Amino acid sequence: MTYSLSSFLMVSSLLFCLGLFTVLTRRNAIGVLMGIELVLNAGALNFVAFSRFLEAPEGAPLISGQVFALFVIAIAAAEAAAVIAIVLSLYSMLKTVDIEQYQQLHG
Amino acid sequence: MKTIIFNVFVLMAIIPSLWVALSSNIVHAAFSLLFTLFGIAGLFVLLGADFVGVVQVIIYIGGIMVLIIFGVMMTQGARLSPLSVNLPGRLLAAGLTGIILAVLMVAATHFLWPVGSAPPPPTPASQAIGNLLLGKYLIPFEVASLLLLAALVGAVLIVRHSVRSDLSPSVFIIRRKQRGE
Repeated sequence: MTYSLSSFLMVSSLLFCLGLFTVLTRRNAIGVLMGIELVLNAGALNFVAFSRFLEAPEGAPLISGQVFALFVIAIAAAEAAAVIAIVLSLYSMLKTVDIEQYQQLHG
Repeated sequence: MKTIIFNVFVLMAIIPSLWVALSSNIVHAAFSLLFTLFGIAGLFVLLGADFVGVVQVIIYIGGIMVLIIFGVMMTQGARLSPLSVNLPGRLLAAGLTGIILAVLMVAATHFLWPVGSAPPPPTPASQAIGNLLLGKYLIPFEVASLLLLAALVGAVLIVRHSVRSDLSPSVFIIRRKQRGE
């Protein structure tokens, strides 16, 4: 693949779909978290690729995409901490991380 | 040369992420996610986003991956339950994500993005990023810091109760005494 915008978009859409597949098929809650991390990383890669390749309005380099990638990373950190806390709490209550066993959580 | 390095980082990102999606061992999946994150950090650096690449290594690999591996290790008793859904469910998910992947690929290759003569970003990008974070994006920056604080307090609050009731050291000592160790 050549170093161009569309190859970066192809890589990030492949990563996004692998993450989506992981989220859909994993029954382990931590496996689902790994899929979410893949999806978020694909989004951050898209932001940075667009900020590198797209034409800037007044000729100045676009840095905003990198700032948004930083926001994505910060949100991923917060989300990972919350998810791990919830999973560990549920594990100590129910002795399982199988999300199909968490059905009693509704209602 | 740039193309070769690009392809190396792409393979470094894609092949372990296949393993993340398909592996039947959660520990292998966690460690291959580590390599995927390294590959994406390399792609960030290749795009001229050196600061984002370093932040990716520090936060994702130094923070989130450690958290995930700790989570895997602390839930080892759950190894016996199946890691993925059964085969029909997996095929259905593969079909669905295949359709989405096809649409995204067509959009990525056929849409005419306004790719112009964008000048490369300044290579220590940290000064420009800092100016934007404390200027144009000040409010999102503060909201992100509040979100991190809320997540921190919330995580401690959620785990505290269960640790106190179930995993506190005194409980382990009592259980050991009961077993006669």
